[in-house]
Amino acid sequence: MGELRLMKGNEAIGEAAIRAGVDAYFGYPITPQSEVIEYLMAEKPHERTGMVVLQAESEVASINMVYGAAATGKKVMTSSSSPGVSLMMEGVSYIAGAELPCVLVNVVRGGPGLGTIQPSQADYFQATKGGGHGDYRMIVLAPASVQEMSDFIKLAFELAFRYRNPAMILSDGVIGQMMEKVVLFDPIPRWTEEEIIKMSPWATTGKPLNRERNIITSLDLQPHVQEQRNIRLQNKYATIQEKEVRCEKIACDDAEYLIVAYGSSARIAQKALDIARAQGIRLGLLRAITLWPFPTKQIRELLGHVKGILTVELSSGQMVEDVRLAVEGRVNVEFYGRMGGMIYTPEEILGVLKAKIIGE
Amino acid sequence: MAEIRLEDIIRPENLVYKKTPLMTDNILSYCPGCGHGTAHRLIMEVVEELGFQEKTIGICPVGCSVLAYDFMNIDMQQAAHGRAPALATGIKRTWPGRIVFTYQGDGDLAAIGTAETIHVCNRGENLTMIFINNGIYGMTGGQMAPTTLEGMKSSTSPYGRDVHMMGYPLKMTEVVATLPGTYFVTRQAVHTPAAVRKAKKAIRIAFENQRDNKGGVSFVEIVSNCNSGWKMRPVDANHWMEQNMFPFFPLGDMKVDGKIVK
Amino acid sequence: MTEEIIIAGFGGQGVLSMGKILAYSGIMQDQEVSWMPSYGPEMRGGTANVTVILSDERISSPILHFYDTAIILNQQSMDKFEPSVKPGGVLIYDGNGITRHPSRKDIHIYRVDAADEATRLGLSKIFNMIVLGGYMKVKPVVRLENVILGLKKSLPHRYHDLIPDNEKAILRGMEIIEEVKV
Ligand SMILES: Cc1ncc(C[n+]2csc(CCOP(=O)(O)OP(=O)(O)O)c2C)c(N)n1
Ligand code: SF4
Ligand SMILES: [Mg+2]
Repeated sequence: MGELRLMKGNEAIGEAAIRAGVDAYFGYPITPQSEVIEYLMAEKPHERTGMVVLQAESEVASINMVYGAAATGKKVMTSSSSPGVSLMMEGVSYIAGAELPCVLVNVVRGGPGLGTIQPSQADYFQATKGGGHGDYRMIVLAPASVQEMSDFIKLAFELAFRYRNPAMILSDGVIGQMMEKVVLFDPIPRWTEEEIIKMSPWATTGKPLNRERNIITSLDLQPHVQEQRNIRLQNKYATIQEKEVRCEKIACDDAEYLIVAYGSSARIAQKALDIARAQGIRLGLLRAITLWPFPTKQIRELLGHVKGILTVELSSGQMVEDVRLAVEGRVNVEFYGRMGGMIYTPEEILGVLKAKIIGE
Repeated sequence: MAEIRLEDIIRPENLVYKKTPLMTDNILSYCPGCGHGTAHRLIMEVVEELGFQEKTIGICPVGCSVLAYDFMNIDMQQAAHGRAPALATGIKRTWPGRIVFTYQGDGDLAAIGTAETIHVCNRGENLTMIFINNGIYGMTGGQMAPTTLEGMKSSTSPYGRDVHMMGYPLKMTEVVATLPGTYFVTRQAVHTPAAVRKAKKAIRIAFENQRDNKGGVSFVEIVSNCNSGWKMRPVDANHWMEQNMFPFFPLGDMKVDGKIVK
Repeated sequence: MTEEIIIAGFGGQGVLSMGKILAYSGIMQDQEVSWMPSYGPEMRGGTANVTVILSDERISSPILHFYDTAIILNQQSMDKFEPSVKPGGVLIYDGNGITRHPSRKDIHIYRVDAADEATRLGLSKIFNMIVLGGYMKVKPVVRLENVILGLKKSLPHRYHDLIPDNEKAILRGMEIIEEVKV
């Protein structure tokens, strides 16, 4: 078993980055995720693994530093919170268009605008439906514990490189700021330059005489060529949708009613589930782990015995649209949310379930 | 001895100092000893004395002074991090008769907002800019700023700023002074009564220039403390500032009436 | 067994680190733990609080609205959290600076005057350990040897010579805590 530590979610991101053999982290401070770069700076990763950590002048610069380094086949990442992630969206669109692997972490806070620094899940649309311009998708993972903050760094890089696609960890102030036990995975060495050249023959590592030059771009002046690029992207996205969906089903086998939630909300919903089960209510919880690709099929499969679904999110209702698309009107789907950094209680969720779904 | 009653003391003839009505009665959210509050007061006193209250529009940044609009009794708008000069340009170009000023910290003005800062000055907008340089990101808990001194510790330079890895402290005021679009550029402080008097004079000039349409930005840097971010007691922070910040960021005018003086 | 605790007071009183030591102690006795702080600018000199959960089972929500135990170190926190103690639960407070004492009759109330005691002992830095000692007396959830192990794990090496003082403070807290009848 790996090393056991008590850590904040944000610190776990930093430690996992070092252990995952990440080559570089570029970021700019913002609450509630500044501990990521603070932890990295204190750990001196340049001495531990040779990893580069740089505080950029802005998020625009951070994401473009990522764009540059990712093009050379290096493992690179950034992290921020909502307002900073908005600034990164142009860069993400370029990265997706150029089909480059990289990892972004968004420790979401309440919006829109400067909003609050308290936890929120209101960036679901931005993360899963584009955010930047053009027809692209990001792989989006939603950790619900400090353990998953660490584990998903490794997973996100695996997926990003497997599909040459940006991957995002969509977290929030609860998971970022809280401390829990975490079992750290064993360190993976950083790739050597030779390994990178071999593994990523597309990367701009310097043109040897015996290969064609590599160009990293998202530009196609000819629309029919651009359409081919789009078709290639869409085919890739279809494969991801088919193969990479992840979710956790809790007490779903005999569930009459279902809560769908992700991240910190799933933790709170789990407490609601415990209370409900103690009262004899046959409630299940489907926790989405990949938000894109979304567990559409997995939800649909439960409709044989589930009579009604409550989606809970710390937003005005974003993921609920995907739940409704999955359900296609076959059962009643209701929504409950809090906004702006406010958080519901398990009792509150249960009350809504009883009123809107069970019909008490 | 007769009882001392508050009502006997609070009388017009005993008045030695009066807060400008352009500061609201809200309790300042700044740490005790922080320079932001003094800087706010000086700006509002100048706006009051020049009779500008009804035509002034202020832009607050993202930083500790994001809530400046709670304290300044004028119309204000809150910008995205670093973008205050762009907002100010939009306002001044569409309301040329209004007095427009920006108020920004070092992270806001000299890191994320560098492009806006350089270009507002390069365009020579007829604006007043106030720049609070405390060498740190106060709001977010003491991270390194572009103006953090070499060797200075912060939460993202925990072993001291290593200029080879993190770059050099940036003298943004010196940079903008070289641009033809700035008309008045000065560096001040607000940590002693004498410094406060000088700073107020500079702020006044910066607003008068705008009123008189001298053409160009009037730019006032205020070197200030951040005792929380520096992890010092307020008085120690002021001493530290005198001994370490002022030698690197020397006080005084750099450009007056469009001409470099230093 | 699950113990859900809120610790609340001023920033600088060691509220967060006390929670951290509790969490570490839980780990030392193989429990699941979570530590969720209030965060943000209000912590600059203002109020600070942290929710700590120690449990033998997987912890669901790290955010709570009702607590088994509330440890309260200033008046604002008293006003905010006295109503959040579960009926039959425990409220522990330091009387220093408290103007409105707790009054609920359906909970157990204890007073530990740790601030005064710390000054008397000349150990003002580990005031929070006196409070912790009081808590450990009333609620023997974490064992002393595990707290010491937790301290060793959470304190940087250069502070390990302070551990005996910490232990002394904990033991003192166990002695001076008193039940209050309302
Ligand atoms: C786009 C974006 N990135 C980051 C932040 C987080 N943030 C808020 S204030 C601040 C820096 C504040 O420092 P400074 O401008 O020096 O002002 P001070 O608080 O020191 O007065 C940062 C990075 C943000 N609000 N928006
Ligand atoms: S953190 Fe620093 S800049 Fe902000 S209010 Fe406190 S002293 Fe002033
Ligand atoms: Mg600053």
